Amino acid sequence: MVKSVVTPKDVEHIAKLAKIPVSPTEKRSFATAFEETLGVVNQLRQLDVTQTPTTHQVTGLENVWRDDEVDETKMFSQQQALANGTKVHDGYFMVPRILEEKDV
Amino acid sequence: MSKSSLNTLTLTQTIEGLKQKTFSLQELYGAINQAIEQNNQKLNAYLTLDDKALAKAEKTTHLPLMGVPIAVKDNFCTKDFRTTAASKVLDQFVPQFDSTVAKKLKEAGGVIIGKTNLDAWAHGSSTETSGYGRTLNPRNPNYLPGGSSGGSAAAIAADMTIAAVGSETAGSIRQPAAWCGVVGLKPTYGRVSRYGVAAMASSTDSPGPITKTVEDAALLLNFLAGHDPNDATSSPQQAPDFTAVLNKSIKGLKIGVIYQDIPGLEMVNEKLSEQLQVFKELGAQLETTKALDPRYAIGVYTVVQRAEVSSNLARYDGIRYGHDRSYFGPEAKRRQMLGTYTLSKGYAEKYYDLAQKVRTLFLEDNNQLFKKYDVLISATSPGFAKKIGATEGAAMFGELEDMLLEPSSLTGQPGISVPYYRDPKTHLFLGMNIVAPMWQEQRVIQVADAFEKNTQWNTWRNPL
Repeated sequence: MVKSVVTPKDVEHIAKLAKIPVSPTEKRSFATAFEETLGVVNQLRQLDVTQTPTTHQVTGLENVWRDDEVDETKMFSQQQALANGTKVHDGYFMVPRILEEKDV
Repeated sequence: MSKSSLNTLTLTQTIEGLKQKTFSLQELYGAINQAIEQNNQKLNAYLTLDDKALAKAEKTTHLPLMGVPIAVKDNFCTKDFRTTAASKVLDQFVPQFDSTVAKKLKEAGGVIIGKTNLDAWAHGSSTETSGYGRTLNPRNPNYLPGGSSGGSAAAIAADMTIAAVGSETAGSIRQPAAWCGVVGLKPTYGRVSRYGVAAMASSTDSPGPITKTVEDAALLLNFLAGHDPNDATSSPQQAPDFTAVLNKSIKGLKIGVIYQDIPGLEMVNEKLSEQLQVFKELGAQLETTKALDPRYAIGVYTVVQRAEVSSNLARYDGIRYGHDRSYFGPEAKRRQMLGTYTLSKGYAEKYYDLAQKVRTLFLEDNNQLFKKYDVLISATSPGFAKKIGATEGAAMFGELEDMLLEPSSLTGQPGISVPYYRDPKTHLFLGMNIVAPMWQEQRVIQVADAFEKNTQWNTWRNPL
C-alpha cells in the first residue's frame, strides 16, 4: 500500500501557495490530517484505471458562450461595487501594500 | 386546524389554504414567527431573519407561491440581505445582487423569511463547523441535524418554515433531510442554476428543495429549475412539470437495491429490506444488485472537492468584500490547502487525475445499472444522526457519512431522500436514497411519492 508522507514543512509550503496563515500547532495537526486523508485516497490505487479516461464534467455541454453584449442590468454602480469593501477611500478600494520603498 | 398551528402545513396545503382563504397571510406568519421565537434560539437553524417578510408577502399574493415563507440556506446570495455562508470571512457581507434561485423564488411569489445555518462554506455534513455555532436536530436536540444544509432541514423539521432550499455537493441536501426526518431532493447537476451560490465544488454543486413531503419537493423544484445564461453549466433543456408524476402507479417499475453487501450497513439495510416490501405490494419489480463499492467514492470525492474548493475560495482576498484570509476556520483552511497540494506539480497526476478516472468508473457503473433498472435504492446514510460533538477530530467525518450519496453526486444524477424508519426511543429517522439517470427527477419523485403515501413515516401525513 502506498503511504503518503506529509511533514509540517510541507504544510508550511502549501500554506504559502494557498495564501493561508497557519499557526505552528496547525502545521503539525494539518500534516497528520492530510496523511490520514491521502491514505483514504490511496485506496483508489486498488482499482485498474489504466484504460480509463478522466471525467471532469457530466452535462456534456461544450463551448458555452454568451453574446458579446453589455448587459446593463448586471452592472454595479460605483456605490454598489464599493458597498462591501472593508477599506474604501475616495471611491477606491484600499489594498495592502506589496512594494517596499527599497523595491521602487 | 387551529390558527396557531398553521406553521405545520405543507407547502401544497398552505397554497391551497391561501387560495380558499381558509386563513390569512397574517395568521400564517403569526404561527411561523411564533415557532421561530420558541425554537430558533435553541436550535440555531436561522442565522438571519427578515423582519419585513410579512410586508413583502402581502405584495405577492397574486403570484403562484402567494407569499409563502421559504427558508434559504445562507450560501445563496440575497440582494440587500446579509449572506455569510456561515463563515466569519463574510460576516458583514450584504450582496448587491440575487442568486438565480433567490430571484426565481421571489418572482414566483415566495418570501425568503430567513437564511439558514450550514457548515461554513458548506464544507461538512453536521452543521457543526459553522462559524456561528452548531444547529441542533429538532427531532432530538442531543443530536446533530446533519449538513451542510442542516439549518434548512432543521427549520423544516421544527415547522419554522413552510418550505426550504438547500444545496448539495455530495449529500448536503439528502443527508440532513434523512437525519431530520424530512424530504430532500438533489436535482440533476445543471438542472438548477448555481449563479450567486457561494461556490464549493463547481462540478457537483446542485441547489434543491428541502420540504415536508415529496409533493412539496416536486412543486418547489418547478419554481427553481430551468436554464440560466448566467450559469454556463446550467442545462438548456426544458424542465418538465415535476408534479405530473405524483400519485402515478409504479406498477412494473424496475428497482435495483444496492449496497446490501457493504460492511457497516447491516442495521440500515435490515430496516430498509422490511420497508421495501411496499414497492412489491405496489407492483414494482424489486431486485438486489451489486454496484461499484461506494467506499471508493470517498477518495474520489475528497480529491475533486478539495481541488475545486482551493480554486473557488482563492477569490476571498478581503479587498472587494469580506474579511481577509486569516478569518477562515480550520475546515476551510484544510480543504483549500489539501486541494492546492493535490493540484500542484508532481501531485496532480498522482491524485487528481486518478480521482477523475475513478469518477468515470462510477459513471460507467451507474449507466450499466440503469440499462436494467429504472431507479436505484439504498439507505441515505450509514446510520442515524450522530451526537453533538461527533465531528471533533474527525477529518473525514462528512466524507464517511455521505459515502452512499457521493457516487450520484460525482455522476450528476438526481436523488431524493425520504424517511423510511423512526426510532421509537430516540425519535431519530433513517432516510432512503432513490437515484435515477440524468434529467429523470420525475422517476425519483414518482417512487418516493408512492413510498411516502403508502407508509407511515412521514410525520406531516401521519402526525405523531
